[in-house]
Amino acid sequence: MEKASAGMWRKIDSRYNLVGSMCERCGTKYFPQRAICRNCGKDTKMLHRKMSGRGTVYSHSEIRVPAEAFKESAPYTVGIIELEEGPKVEGHIIDNGKKVEIGTKVKTAFRKMYTDGEEGLIHYHFKFIPE
Amino acid sequence: MAGIVGYGAYVPRMRIKVEEIARVWNEDAESIKKGLSITEKSVPSMDEDAATIAVEAARNALSHSGINPKEIGAVYVGSESHPYAVKPTATIVAQAIGAGTSLTAADLEFACKAGTAGIQMLMGMTDSSMIKYGITIGSDTSQGRPGDALEYTASAGGAALVIGKEKSECIAEILATASYTTDTPDFWRREGANFPSHGGRFTGEPGYFKHIVHASKLLFEKTGFKPSDFTYAVFHQPNGKFPKNAAKLLGFTEKQIEIGLLTPLIGNTYSGASMLGLCAVLDNAVPGERILVTSFGSGAGSDSFAIEVTEGINEKRGRAVKISTMIKDKQYIDYAQYLKNRNSITKR
Repeated sequence: MEKASAGMWRKIDSRYNLVGSMCERCGTKYFPQRAICRNCGKDTKMLHRKMSGRGTVYSHSEIRVPAEAFKESAPYTVGIIELEEGPKVEGHIIDNGKKVEIGTKVKTAFRKMYTDGEEGLIHYHFKFIPE
Repeated sequence: MAGIVGYGAYVPRMRIKVEEIARVWNEDAESIKKGLSITEKSVPSMDEDAATIAVEAARNALSHSGINPKEIGAVYVGSESHPYAVKPTATIVAQAIGAGTSLTAADLEFACKAGTAGIQMLMGMTDSSMIKYGITIGSDTSQGRPGDALEYTASAGGAALVIGKEKSECIAEILATASYTTDTPDFWRREGANFPSHGGRFTGEPGYFKHIVHASKLLFEKTGFKPSDFTYAVFHQPNGKFPKNAAKLLGFTEKQIEIGLLTPLIGNTYSGASMLGLCAVLDNAVPGERILVTSFGSGAGSDSFAIEVTEGINEKRGRAVKISTMIKDKQYIDYAQYLKNRNSITKR
């Protein structure tokens, strides 16, 4: 349980607000966060940067054989979203009645992702929702 | 003087109709629809709870307000369905809206009026310059025991208000507030219980009506206003019928409460109910119009507010999704899906 708390705590900014990294030197943005810029190597000057949460569907798939944590919600859609800022991010895509296809514009929503059993932590996370 | 700097709301898009619930329990849908004056209610998705609803409403309120979230000095979340018994919803909201760490935060609980208690707390804190801005949210995924009359109305939704005191930033001034509180056992849920219990008809006269009427009259005495001085009135709305009767008792017309009466379309969103009604009115109000809002929380108490819309509302109009748009965006589900969404049936 202690491990779950620490791991969750470290990721809160990324999970709630899509906070990634930006290299101050070349302007390249990353999600998830990383310490070293692929372009600048040892000269990296990395800053935390909140992504807009808007992007387009780069690829998507319907999950019918889910992981244990998501067994109640199958079938559900996951996708790779190309953010406006450039990084590609994996995420759940919420069914809001709109068709999901490559190129569909999406934005983030704040949702419950899974819980650590009946008494453990509730893990909140961004998901994507078609606009 | 404290005022509203921005507002926002969130209503889950799933709905269940009265007919579908009545079908399962072999009840007469038409008489229930007539008796409660309700047609359908909102239902949270499996991945929505009072915290996610509070975050979405607060994010909408922040977009509408245009303020820097780092300048928020207090976050209060009123709910009777906080996801944790111990661990605040307010800290989740504060982090998710990008507020700083130099703030005070707390969860409030007073049945359906915890969110409006937050308005009063923030009025004092902003008026005294203790903080620049505060945000209060009423958010619930309310529970109704299967087969109980509450099952037809207990729904999900939330609303958030950013409170400040700079007149140039406000969309409405809060002219006055008054409260009426007694120890009345009309509705309760014990620690660890999944569903609330209530006193049946006892919830009406000694509960809802007594407190709504007294708090509103106290506000009239304090301000000198009478019902005709208000363009709109919003009362807590446990069903579609009670607020109409309360309006009549106090001397308001049906037209005055029409825009803020949302329960017939989305059910009783508990802590969100009167604040969502206010948001719907603000979507339509113009500068100079006055709004009376009187909440009610079982247990029991009412908070009443006299609000006057200011010029600032025109500048911020259209920055957030309108309540009517949220209400129209819906997907109907059947009773089995409803039980699954409410975690009443689970997969082995």
